[in-house]
Amino acid sequence: MRYRAGIYDVIVIGAGHAGSEAALASARMGCKTLLLTINLDTIAFMPCNPSIGGPAKGIVVREIDALGGQMGYNTDLTYLQMRLLNTGKGPAVQALRAQSDKASYGRLMKQTLENEPNLTLKQGMVEEILTAGDRASGVRTNTGAEYEGRAIVLTTGTYLRGRIIIGDVSYQSGPNGQLPALKLTDSLIDLGFSLVRFKTGTPPRVNRNTIRFEHLSVQPGDEEPLQFSFRDDIEKREQLNCYLTYTSAATHEIIGENLHRAPMFSGDIEGRGPRYCPSIEDKVVRFKERPSHQVFLEPEGRDTAEWYVQGMSTSLPEDVQVRMLRSIKGLEEVEMLRPGYAIEYDAMVPTQLDLTLETKVIKGLYTAGQINGTSGYEEAAGQGLMAGINAALSVLGREPLILDRSEAYIGVMIDDLVTKGTTEPYRLLTSRAEYRLLLRHDNADARLMEKGYRIGLLPLQRYERFLRKQALIHQEKDRLNKTKVQPDDVHALFTGLSVDQPKVTQSLAQLLRRPEVNYGKIHDLRPSEVELSDEVTSQVEIDLKYEGYVKRQEAEIERQKKLEKKELPVGISFASIRGLSNEAKERLSAIRPRNIGQASRVEGVTPADISVLLIYMESSNKQEVANG
Amino acid sequence: MAQQDPIAAIATALGEASIAVVRVSGEHSFSIVDRIFEGSSRLSETPSHRILYGHLVTLEQRKRIDEVIVLTFRSPKSYTTEDVVEIHCHGGVQAVQSILLEVLRAGARLAEPGEFTKRAFLGGRIDLSQAEGVMEAIGAKTPLALQAALSQVEGALHQHVETLRHTLIQTMAHLEVTIDYPEHDEEEMTVQRVRNDAQFVLEQIRSLRFEAERGRILREGVKIAIVGKPNVGKSSLLNRFARTNRAIVTEIPGTTRDVIEERIQIDGIPLLLFDTAGVRETEDVVEQIGVQKSRETLEKADLILLLLDTSRPLDENDESLLESVDGDRSLLIMNKRDLPFANGVDWQELAMNRRSLAYSTRVEADHDRLEQEIKRMVFGSERADPTFLANARHLSLLERAEAAIKRVLDDANSGVTLDLVAVDLHEAWMLLGEMIGETPREDLLDQIFSQFCLGK
Repeated sequence: MRYRAGIYDVIVIGAGHAGSEAALASARMGCKTLLLTINLDTIAFMPCNPSIGGPAKGIVVREIDALGGQMGYNTDLTYLQMRLLNTGKGPAVQALRAQSDKASYGRLMKQTLENEPNLTLKQGMVEEILTAGDRASGVRTNTGAEYEGRAIVLTTGTYLRGRIIIGDVSYQSGPNGQLPALKLTDSLIDLGFSLVRFKTGTPPRVNRNTIRFEHLSVQPGDEEPLQFSFRDDIEKREQLNCYLTYTSAATHEIIGENLHRAPMFSGDIEGRGPRYCPSIEDKVVRFKERPSHQVFLEPEGRDTAEWYVQGMSTSLPEDVQVRMLRSIKGLEEVEMLRPGYAIEYDAMVPTQLDLTLETKVIKGLYTAGQINGTSGYEEAAGQGLMAGINAALSVLGREPLILDRSEAYIGVMIDDLVTKGTTEPYRLLTSRAEYRLLLRHDNADARLMEKGYRIGLLPLQRYERFLRKQALIHQEKDRLNKTKVQPDDVHALFTGLSVDQPKVTQSLAQLLRRPEVNYGKIHDLRPSEVELSDEVTSQVEIDLKYEGYVKRQEAEIERQKKLEKKELPVGISFASIRGLSNEAKERLSAIRPRNIGQASRVEGVTPADISVLLIYMESSNKQEVANG
Repeated sequence: MAQQDPIAAIATALGEASIAVVRVSGEHSFSIVDRIFEGSSRLSETPSHRILYGHLVTLEQRKRIDEVIVLTFRSPKSYTTEDVVEIHCHGGVQAVQSILLEVLRAGARLAEPGEFTKRAFLGGRIDLSQAEGVMEAIGAKTPLALQAALSQVEGALHQHVETLRHTLIQTMAHLEVTIDYPEHDEEEMTVQRVRNDAQFVLEQIRSLRFEAERGRILREGVKIAIVGKPNVGKSSLLNRFARTNRAIVTEIPGTTRDVIEERIQIDGIPLLLFDTAGVRETEDVVEQIGVQKSRETLEKADLILLLLDTSRPLDENDESLLESVDGDRSLLIMNKRDLPFANGVDWQELAMNRRSLAYSTRVEADHDRLEQEIKRMVFGSERADPTFLANARHLSLLERAEAAIKRVLDDANSGVTLDLVAVDLHEAWMLLGEMIGETPREDLLDQIFSQFCLGK
């Protein structure tokens, strides 16, 4: 029975990490927003790793926070453990990683959504996207409810025609036994979209009371944990330990003997899985020479004995999984609580999207998260936030927000997805960013808070805190540049170090740029008159120490911007440009890049094709001038 | 119609193929090829659109390089509208490169990217509205690169650069794994490995630059400055050089501020000889200008011939020259050895301290030794033809890539963090990519437009 259930500005489908951010952003920007989820009990659920952050991903969480999103703050309020990774490798690649309390995180996100004015949260399974012409106009659920909306954000995760595979057993399912969305795929195909089948997986969970911890190495959290969110009101939390163990020769033997039962090898799985997050059977086959692989044991929450076995993602049969686990040191008598599994799902070919995450074919329809071919909570949240922001901006009749590759990892990710597409679940890596030195986790606020505030998402009070912090950083850098010290003054700093002593008068800033000097030493030498937080002083230190490198990257960005500024004409017909390779014609016609820079990143487009494009533009400009 | 200076390039793709073509265009194209072509008749006496059979030989030794057929196109009925000669030889890398080198030695210069097309445009054979045709030329002829009609001699350079980029990308990949997977037991990227790889790449870039430098010398000539006090014998030395090379001495009008005194060749290597006034301090204003100019000439010279008169004691002028002229780049010529050696100077010690040669213009064997010594100094101990010819853009990119790799090494040695080391690795990789057209640049394309005269 169909019925008219309500009218909204923005309708978000799915309340995972993408959907939650999308709905909050849209509501906070003043749009009447509806969030529909298959199950209200699994909001912001983490079906895989109980962790948020890590290289690149941790930086995304800070970017989300800087724009006014929720993931960072809710993680800060619920984490089990916090660690700063890559501390020895320089600030550009350092990243926070939190061990999450799955249940608390999901509960807190549900509360956040429930308490958000302008936001309605409902349980319901969407089966059809409704359209009027080439515009999305609403959705219909399995119970017949029809909601009207001016913009729709689709975040289906792994629910679209989800199928779980454990060895030779398989069944239709969403993640972790949830109901799958079986009918929505047809609606998307009817609208003209191309879909692909992707696969991901998760390891088994075990009971902590059956783990022998005595001989395992402890992985504690940081003594002085940092936080994701740029705020003052976050309290330090008591932290839990993780543990490290290794697979054994016996483990590899068990896997080898049972490979024929692994669906990845028997051909029972058609979906493409991620190379960077391989299953244990994959690792054993691909890296035969390795005698063992790392296995991390991680708690899933404070109020549960369920632990996660990181590194053991598998779709081998249940009985093999138990034997595999018990061949690992510390897990000799472990009780497996749930088996690992592989899950296949439908995803959209992301090159069907614009940089705003709006689909090119259906106006007003946005997609975010795993449906766009990504994997990872942070990647999903980052896209959800941007889709929510752009859906709201379009409803409000304002200019879209597109983050450049030089501004944010989120920008890198979205540009990669819509320009290059992806043939496997996409994960952010720091190496995907060409301007990594600028996209640091420490300066996410400086990169993005202005934008967050301008679009009306970041509250004034947080923006003002940011401005105060920037002022302090500016003042302190100024002081360090202006304060000069004599060689004699700094003598003490270098005693015992096998480095050349400064021989001339230097500013404190120059001194700080030396590898062996840190801000602490500068402070001991000539302290600031104002008291400065670590947040401020570490920013001052990084800014000064890396100035030279940052300037070089900025010069590179300027150069690249020249390509990005060469806008391709809107109606350009790539097929009719002589000299372009056939592959380039095909790919460019499909992707329809906005400018030369984006065109140069399209797969299959060679530098020679780009020169042909540039000459084409140049000569058509000439003709216009000549004709005009 | 007025024709431009003769240019040459390999017009076919380098690699295994049944034939390859070297194209020569411009004034004197026919007579240039005549100098190295042995066939039934001379090109200069052949009408347009004819095919001649014969052999291509080396300019000096007249050694046969390959069996060829030569096509004649007289102005204006040719691709560039100038006199054009096409030399069709056997395919593969060796023959066609040797032929190009001989054509260059015989008087043509290596074509700039797009230069044939540019001349076609200037000659009115292509007009602006046919820009699409130009595009096709680029797309079809050099799918690899942004550069139109890029000389295929660069095939070898391309390969060298590709190898280096491959090493760099592997180093970068290892480094990225340690950064992106801090918790996993991926092969740990030690600073040591970055250091080793960077050291390897640095050495390779240096040898590439050395090769490129030799290529430049073959194209532009070795700049040799002759310096010494008045009456030390500079003019006779110049004359001596000119005498053996009378047949090919040409007067080059001063296009730069330097006036080339003589342009000669030794075994096909072009040498540009410059006379310098000397570099002593002086109060005289006019002389000061001369001195300043000499300094500049000395700085730019690939090789300096420093003359001393062994029949006279050393004076202030000699002393100041010995002090100021760089020992690595110079050859001390102890001139007038046919006369008695002046007393009061330890000539032997002087000769031991730097590269030197006892010399007299009157002794035939001395001049031969001098020419051999110059060759050795320019090309190292063994004379080998360069495997590629690089242009100024390549050289500047190589220099910048070398600087980036040096920073990688310095940083890796002084404990700078990996995220910063990665920046310079990446920069070196990008710069090398730019050399072979794998890194798109907006302004590089502008360069092409300016060559086509479309971009103004």
